[in-house]
Amino acid sequence: MSTTHELLQEPPLAEHFDDLEQQHLSAQLGMWIFLATEALFFGGLFCAYTVYRRMHWIEFVVASRELNVAAGAINTAVLLTSSLTMALAVRAAKLRERRWLLIYLAITIVFGAVFLGIKAFEWSEDYERGLVPGSLFTFPFRPEFAGFAEIFFLLYFLMTGLHAIHLIIGIALVATVAGFCARHQYVAQGENLVEMTGLYWHFIDVIWVFLYPLLYLIDVHR
Amino acid sequence: MSVAIAPEERMARSYLTDGYNLKSWLLTTDHKRIGLLYMVSITLFFFVGGAAATILRLELMTPKGDLIETADAYNRMFTLHGVVMVWFFLIPSIPAVLGNFLVPVMIGARDMAFPKLNLLSWYIFMAGGIIVLATLIAGGVDTGWTFYVPFSSMFSNTFVVPAAAGVFIVGFSSILTGLNIIVTTHTMRCPGMTWDRLPLFVWAQYATSLIMVLATPVLAITVALLAAERIWGVGIFDPRLGGDPILFQHLFWFYSHPAVYIMILPGFGVVSEIIPCFARRPIFGYKFMAGALLAIAFLGFIVWGHHMFVSGQSMYAGFVFSIISFLVAIPSGIKVFNWTATLYKGSIRFDTPMLYALGFIGLFTIGGLTGLILASLAVDVHVHDTYFVVAHFHYIMVGGMVMAYLGGIHFWWPKLTGRMYSEWWGKLSALIVFFGFNLTFFPQFVLGYLGMPRRVYEYTEDYQILHIMSTLGASILAVGYLLPLSYLILSLWFGKHATGNPWSATGLEWQTTSPPPTHNFEETPVVTEAPYAYDPVVAEAEYRASLAEIEERPRVNHT
Ligand SMILES: [Cu+2]
Repeated sequence: MSTTHELLQEPPLAEHFDDLEQQHLSAQLGMWIFLATEALFFGGLFCAYTVYRRMHWIEFVVASRELNVAAGAINTAVLLTSSLTMALAVRAAKLRERRWLLIYLAITIVFGAVFLGIKAFEWSEDYERGLVPGSLFTFPFRPEFAGFAEIFFLLYFLMTGLHAIHLIIGIALVATVAGFCARHQYVAQGENLVEMTGLYWHFIDVIWVFLYPLLYLIDVHR
Repeated sequence: MSVAIAPEERMARSYLTDGYNLKSWLLTTDHKRIGLLYMVSITLFFFVGGAAATILRLELMTPKGDLIETADAYNRMFTLHGVVMVWFFLIPSIPAVLGNFLVPVMIGARDMAFPKLNLLSWYIFMAGGIIVLATLIAGGVDTGWTFYVPFSSMFSNTFVVPAAAGVFIVGFSSILTGLNIIVTTHTMRCPGMTWDRLPLFVWAQYATSLIMVLATPVLAITVALLAAERIWGVGIFDPRLGGDPILFQHLFWFYSHPAVYIMILPGFGVVSEIIPCFARRPIFGYKFMAGALLAIAFLGFIVWGHHMFVSGQSMYAGFVFSIISFLVAIPSGIKVFNWTATLYKGSIRFDTPMLYALGFIGLFTIGGLTGLILASLAVDVHVHDTYFVVAHFHYIMVGGMVMAYLGGIHFWWPKLTGRMYSEWWGKLSALIVFFGFNLTFFPQFVLGYLGMPRRVYEYTEDYQILHIMSTLGASILAVGYLLPLSYLILSLWFGKHATGNPWSATGLEWQTTSPPPTHNFEETPVVTEAPYAYDPVVAEAEYRASLAEIEERPRVNHT
């Protein structure tokens, strides 16, 4: 065995699996099924959105104009780029380039945090402008639409809020995996872990790709 | 006596002897031990839900409210009964206990694909269960297990949010169980265990798991939205904001109709194992049986609107939901006919598991056919929200699923514990359960047809005789459930030692020892033939020899 090979230990095999391929396939299939459950979890909200947008389409258009399209666009770019760095991290793990792996994971975390920062800024702006549903909701811009505009903002806060919670979990996962890979000489199970975390990260990204046009861009084409 | 030593030797290296302290159970990743953890927990919940049912039935013996004095208290009691029985007994019953224990053994695997997630699912289950029990002690919920808005979101003064939280949390335990079973079935099968050799029990768990992972998240988001509405005072289903309470029903039943199949498909799997074994015949139409399971799982996702015929949903939607609901009868009919055809020219024995399985077929058929009555638009308007509905779904859930669960527990008890139970008491209780069940629920069909609404605690005197019959039946049923609890527990100390294959059954789980070793098999098995290779002539002799071998075994360990 060459010296390089010793550095790059094979991922340990759990005792109930026959070989590494079986273990890898199981992890992959498990992750995809989990993502399917996540898609259905968000699905309830997308369903509600579809129903209410059709019922109250004028209010949805009017309400959507009050969102900060520029901030949303920047965030979309940030998150898409983070998916790129995540994909590069997965590639680095496959090539067993430990240094690049850690660098890409770190950049991914930074992008995730930037996204959350911009989102928090947007929310505080919404709060000051009286767009938070409940007793604080005033919607001073077009009061005649205030009634049903509130349900748009309710959906907006629930959908972006749930997305943000997922992103926070995603950042925590990436950080954990990065910590794991930094501590161990080589990645051990890291390769599998990076790949699964990557799938989760891309999923969060895809959800945002749907949220952005549905919430921000309803009225932009006019 | 060489016969006396053999079982002790075997016990010495089974999964049960692999650690005796509490930690070895609470931190186990062995799917068999996790199955037993689930078994103990859901038995507890079953008797909690059963106690609530007993109180309900006693109250309903008289037309006036005397045992329960207010409608409020009655509402809380039936909600408790429903929530506990649906989410904390029926849904985890066969998948989490028998499925957990048997799926890896049946496919020749050493464990589930994700043993730690498996353990986590039990902890999540217990967390949800404790929250729900705490809610109940604090005063309960009065919305019914369906949590319909706007009552649950705007008007109910009870602990809706904690109960919803408990349901939300327990959902993730069934998602994890389902995910584990699907991945295990895909990736962990031993050499030769092809998809067309998979036991129907595994097919049933697989179909159930698909429903669990695809439907449960929708319930999670639905109760989360309900909780959000209660906590913040504005909500998606709030009509003042232009929200639509009917949307809640759509989302709820998008989960809860498939969930009804989570509560019956696993029972199909159990019965499909028991019938061929005790009829000594290969299952009739294996491929159709497997296909029917998947067909029911698929159709289950597109019939939810039959719960909403009188809710104000579109009349045309009602037509479509009604027609698709009728289609479910086709795969269900295939199953019933094929079980019956399996019996034909078999060499049938009426052991305890077989009594439960035969009872299942009859009761499921009644439950299924009355389901068709309810799926008919015009008739449903008449019997909607009456005891007819209550009787219908209890025939499926209690007559079907609980019978199948008990049949399965008896069938695999020797495998789970290494002990035989008392056959005489077993048969007696199976008969008591069957008789008590029918006396409890058949009068409820009549009650409902005559117009007795569900979820009320006072009624006019004309209905009393039928209610008394039902309560009498419930008392008999209670005896039928307490008996197995007693003799099964006693068998752990006083039962005869089981051989590896006491029923001379086919299937990999019977080729290992009873109870199996920690990693299920001494060496990975190889499958060379189709499942259910029973022969009514030869197998009969094998079966007698096997029973004779058990007879020679000592009742207690002499170590
Ligand atoms: Cu239904």
